[in-house]
This record gives sequence, C-alpha cells and structure tokens, in this order.
Amino acid sequence: MALLHVQDLKTYFFMRGGVVRAVDGVSFEVERGQTVGIVGESGSGKSVSCYSILRLIDEPGRIVGGSVMFDGEDLLQATNSRMREIRGGRISMIFQDPMTSLNPFLRISTQMVETLRLHTDLDQRAALHKAIAALEEVGIAEASKRIHSYPHEFSGGMRQRVMIASALLTEPDLLIADEPTTALDVTIQAQVLDLLKQRQERLGTAIILVTHDLGVVAGTCERVNVMYAGRDVESGTADQIFYDPHHAYTQALQKAIPSLQTKGDLLYTVPGMPPDLSKPVQGCAFYPRCPYPKLAPPDGPPPELVVLTEGHCAQDCQYCDRSKPIEDVLTSDVTEAFE
Amino acid sequence: MSGSVEAVLGADEDVGREPATPEIERGASLWRDAWHRLGKNKLALISLFVFIAIALFCVVGPFLSPWDSQQQDLMIGAQGPSATHWFGTDTLGRDLMVRVMEGGRISLMVGLIATLVALLIGVLYGATAGYLGGKTDAVMMRLVDILYALPFTIFVILLMVAFGRSLWLMFVAIGFVEWLSMARIVRSGVMALRKQEFIEAAVSLGYSHRRIILKHLIPNVLGPVIVVATLTVPAVMLLEAFLSFLGLGVQPPNASWGVLINEGQQNMEIFPWLLIFPAFFFALTLFSLNFLGDGLRDALDPKSARD
Repeated sequence: MALLHVQDLKTYFFMRGGVVRAVDGVSFEVERGQTVGIVGESGSGKSVSCYSILRLIDEPGRIVGGSVMFDGEDLLQATNSRMREIRGGRISMIFQDPMTSLNPFLRISTQMVETLRLHTDLDQRAALHKAIAALEEVGIAEASKRIHSYPHEFSGGMRQRVMIASALLTEPDLLIADEPTTALDVTIQAQVLDLLKQRQERLGTAIILVTHDLGVVAGTCERVNVMYAGRDVESGTADQIFYDPHHAYTQALQKAIPSLQTKGDLLYTVPGMPPDLSKPVQGCAFYPRCPYPKLAPPDGPPPELVVLTEGHCAQDCQYCDRSKPIEDVLTSDVTEAFE
Repeated sequence: MSGSVEAVLGADEDVGREPATPEIERGASLWRDAWHRLGKNKLALISLFVFIAIALFCVVGPFLSPWDSQQQDLMIGAQGPSATHWFGTDTLGRDLMVRVMEGGRISLMVGLIATLVALLIGVLYGATAGYLGGKTDAVMMRLVDILYALPFTIFVILLMVAFGRSLWLMFVAIGFVEWLSMARIVRSGVMALRKQEFIEAAVSLGYSHRRIILKHLIPNVLGPVIVVATLTVPAVMLLEAFLSFLGLGVQPPNASWGVLINEGQQNMEIFPWLLIFPAFFFALTLFSLNFLGDGLRDALDPKSARD
C-alpha cells in the first residue's frame, strides 16, 4: 500500500468576491522512499495541495472534500493533537525561502532541540548531540560550534541546509519540499538537491517535491504530477512526462525548457495567463491558451483523466484538434507572431 | 524599570540552556546588538544611570538618614534647607528628604508594578488575539475598544468606592488601563509575524498554539514592548500623581511624589522648597525614563534612528 494516497482533494478559499477553487480534485500517490514531483505554474495549486496534506490551510481557506490517507490513516479526519504528532514527527516540510523560515530570535540549537524533544524521548543533551550530527550530515563545517549561532549568521544556502537537517531530524516518513531551491542560486540549488537525494537514500524518506522547474524534476523525481488550475492534467513517471507528454499544457511546459541544442534568440513561453480560479472552469481550463486549433467551444464538463499506458494518465481533451504534433502548431504560431 | 529591562535583555542567555563548553561560539544575538547600540547612545546611557541613582537614593536612602518620615516636630514647623535637614522640613516639621525618598519608593513602585501588570496582561492578550485572528480577534479587540472608551477617572473612582482605597487597588486600576495600548501594539506585531514562514514552519513541525505564542511570537515582539513599557512607567507615575493630587491615590501619612507636590503647591509662595524638591526628582525621573525609552527604541529598531 502506498505511504500517502491523496484522493480527490478539494481546497477552496471562501473570499468576499467568491469561492476560489485553488485545489479542485487532486489525486496522487507516494510510495515509501519515492520522490514525487508536483509541477505547474504559479497559482496552479501545488503549494495549497501540500499544505492541505498537513492541514495547514488558514482561514478563509478550507479543505472541502477528498481524503488524505497517510499510512492507513485519514489525516483529514484526525484530531488536532494527532495532527501535531504527525507534523514534524512523521511528515516534515521544507519551505521556499530559507531566509524567513527560521525564527530569527532563537539559536539554531534551540530550534532543533525543541523539535526533537517534542517528538522524541531524547533529553536535552542527547537531542543536542543528535542535532549536531544532523548538521554535520548536511555539510555544515564545525557543526558543534556553529549550532549555537543565530539564523542571521548563516548564508541562504546554509540556512536551507539547516532547514533540511531540522526537517529530517525526526526521521519522518515523508518530506514535503515546497520549492526548496527557488530562492537559491543555481550552484547552491544543485547542492541542495543532491543533499536531499543523499539524505533520502540514507533514511528512506519519501519526498514530495513541489517546483515549477522541470529541470529539477527531471534530475530528482521518479514520478511527476502536472497541475493546472487546481487539477491534475497529467501524471506519470518522469520518463513518460518528459519523453511522451500527452496533455497540451505538459507539452507547452516542456517546450518552454531552454535547451542547449536549440539555437535562437526567443525562448518559448506559454502564452496567456492561468485562468481566474474564482470562476468555475468550463470544459478544459487550458483551452484559452492551448496552441492547438480549436474544435469546439469548451462548454462541457472538464475532460476526464484517462490511463494512457501503465502508470501514465492525462486529461483527454476533446475541444482541440490534436492531429498535428505540437512542433508544427508552435512553429506556425511563432511565425505568425513575427509577421 | 532598569531591573526588568536588564532582565529581558539578559534573557537570551537562558534561551540556550544546553550544556555549553567554553570554546563553543555563542553567536551574537539581536539583543546583544541592541545592547551595543544602546551603549553608544550617550543620552540614553546617562538617563539609565540617573534613573538607577534616583532608584538607589529612594530605596537605600531612608535607612541611612537619621530622620523618620513620620516623625513630626511641630516646634520647628516648616524650615528651609539646612545642615540638619538638607531639604528642609514640611509644615509639620517632618524631614523633607526622607519624605521625598519614601515618596519616591511609592511612586516608583506604582510605576513599575502597574507597568508589569499592564505588560503581562497586554502581551498575553494581544498575542493571543493577533495569533488566533478572525472572529476571536474581533471580539477580543472590541472589548479593548470598549475599555478604552471608559473614562479613566470615573473608572478609578468607582473602583475606590467599591473596594476602598488601597495602594494595591491603584496598581490594579492603573495597570488595567495601561494594558490596552500594550495589547494593541503586541497584536499588530504578532499579526505581521503570523504570516511569516518561520511561524508556518513551527506549525508544520507540530508545535502547539501555546508554544508558538509563548516561545516564537512573543520574543519577536519584545523590542517594541520594552520601548512602550519604558515609556509607560513615567505615564503611570504621572497618573498616580494625578490621582493622588485629586485625593484618590496614596493616603497620608504615606506620601508619593504626587502627594508631596500637591502639598508643596499649596504652600508654594511661603515654603517653595516643599514644591521644588519633590518636583525636581519627579521631573528628573520622567526625563530619564523618556530618554531611555527613546534610546531603546533606536537601539531595538535601528531603522528609526536615522530619522
């Protein structure tokens, strides 16, 4: 059985202007020790999905439907005190910006020891030793000296290492990494990802990696979930998503990755903006931005997810003409734009 | 105030209670930086020393003086400053220096204790309201608004009528009024912090609300709180003087600076020293606390110092 099974998760934000359907029926599974990537543009509901797993959604947001089965237990039904045991104990989270995710007023040691003592039976001394060992493992030199520093005495990359060390301190079964490398520069990014991989191999932690960087996904994830407008549009193994993308959005995203082989001056961007989620989506959410020739107005129900091959499914869209490959559609588009 | 400022500024030392071997770097806390900046502010530093000196004068002074504050000498009556009575005597022949010292004790005590009461209620209340937000926050802050709207004097008179006059009641009455602004400041600070990632991270690590409020939010808003507290002490002392002046505060034969100033102004033209000495010490205390508060604000929020 999968470690985490998210089924038809729906998280809405009840704003004054209407209901924003930030996550509207997302399903995915994470096996033990597996890395699953969730990709999509800003505002596609990636982060909200992750926060929903740990029930970290604040007013005016609310989880309105679905289930989150973690190790046989539905987290959406769990009591608050049970949730506090799970948070940080069995599921940890790393945040986007390491500059702001450590408390500036407390020493690193205080923060790490506090977490350990909350979730384990270790005493002060043992917890401190374990924290020092954890810092050493993420490559912080002279950890036993540096551990009593304050966060502002660390650089961004080091802080993210500290975050990773803290998150893995209690040896959780699942680590949710919400864009852990977005705020870091590219060299540090690679180091942090390597570190995550390496720690995962040692501890057997499953990872959900939220990112909008397909390059990151390609290097680290076994499975990938592509989200658009609060829904899954495609999911599959990393190979399936990269070499055989089915949905127009996945294809467009993939086209947007700059490659060393192609020469030219204009990088491809997916035209248009993600849809306004406070209005109910008619038919295919991607329709207005879809590069394929339109066939019919999108007034039906959203396209069903269909299984394409083993482990690979995608929304099967009926509103556009998919007979031509995306390369042809795109080149004609770009030429038109230049004329 | 100096005692509690130092207590708070020194508090970071117990934050890391881990077994620390001497060679471990302790790291420079934000408190230490602020302390350092305060040390560079001459006016604030002088104010701090003046305040400590006045406090020592009031607390230790009466033990060293040969006179007793209650000891009347109707034969001499009011006399100007002399070698025997340095500050002179009042109309009942009591030594004014001892009366100023003992009055200072009461004034300072009222100032410190009422501020402490205000601090305790205000910080906990404000932090809770700000952290929980939503409807709880709305209800809690409307209560503060209502209390704000109550006329203070009437409130104190009602309390005095209901419970009788006592010094402790005055602590409670003044503290009860002063916590309101403290609660507002803490609430706004906490609301700004609540959305920060490190609080989100604390929640995601499974910390309870209580723990987050007490250990993660309140230390972060202590900077402005200390400033407000330092500035609240003189405000409270003024309030006490005001109440005593109206006859609602400290009762004879006890005296506070407010009472002494009141007595002094009645005889201002004939025995000016009765007004001058208590007023001088009172003003000096208020000045030093205000300058210290300003200095602390600059030290704890370096951005504001550039203005």
